[in-house]
Amino acid sequence: MTCTEFLSKLTDYFDDHLEADLIADVKAHVKKCSHCEVVMDTTRKTISIYRENELYEFPDALRDRLHAAIMKKCSKAS
Amino acid sequence: MPAIQSPETKEIHPDVALVARAKQGDTAAFEQLVRQYERQIFRVAQHITQNREDAEDIAQEAFLKAYGKLDQFQGNSKFSTWLVRIAVNESLMRLRKRKTSRTVSMDEDVQTEDGAIPRDFAEWRPNPEQLYGKNELGEILRKTIQGLPPGFRTVFTLRDVENLSTEETAEALGLSVPAVKSRLLRARLQLRERLSRYFHQTSGGSKS
Repeated sequence: MTCTEFLSKLTDYFDDHLEADLIADVKAHVKKCSHCEVVMDTTRKTISIYRENELYEFPDALRDRLHAAIMKKCSKAS
Repeated sequence: MPAIQSPETKEIHPDVALVARAKQGDTAAFEQLVRQYERQIFRVAQHITQNREDAEDIAQEAFLKAYGKLDQFQGNSKFSTWLVRIAVNESLMRLRKRKTSRTVSMDEDVQTEDGAIPRDFAEWRPNPEQLYGKNELGEILRKTIQGLPPGFRTVFTLRDVENLSTEETAEALGLSVPAVKSRLLRARLQLRERLSRYFHQTSGGSKS
């Protein structure tokens, strides 16, 4: 597997959409290619850091205001 | 060996009953759906538009549209995916109206090779969470995702932040599954490359 082929499989690898033999190929590639090993590790961290950190607050006051506004609009429409 | 489930015994999503009641004019059922998804819809809109006021407007419009078009919801997809699709369309429309936005279509951005090929091969050590405080880290993450073209930002938000499946993301964006996968790879690699500027050094924080 080349580095380009590795990259093309990366998303399916993370999302668990790869067949067993391709998973083995990906794993074998990162064992011998330190650049791709870093790319895999830091891309995985990129995904997890965005998943774990809530970027925008949604305080109760905002939720209450938004909820009331939505229901008001919908009740006018019905 | 586990028994094979027939389609009839497949678990029915609780939203199905709520939507059915809402279609009959049960406002309380619709309000329950609003309560369940207002946060997610607001968050999706804020991620795409990067603007809190716009996100508030979009969330209101999205639910109003959903309410008005409930009869058109056939139940072929999840109600939440259908709702996200409405919110994404509203958000992209809002971006289009902004004079400052360069590109707003899901089809643009694809030609660029920017960030498609990794260039930074330094490890992230120590972990970003050890390197930066929570507020500073949040600022870096916001700034970095803001720099992504809207089409990529939208795919990343639905798939990786909101955890929609690839198929649901494709449905919500009106794209094919391969198109989602290719945009998702680009989005992930571009974010990784940009975050590396902050995370790859071994001590201190980058002020670039």
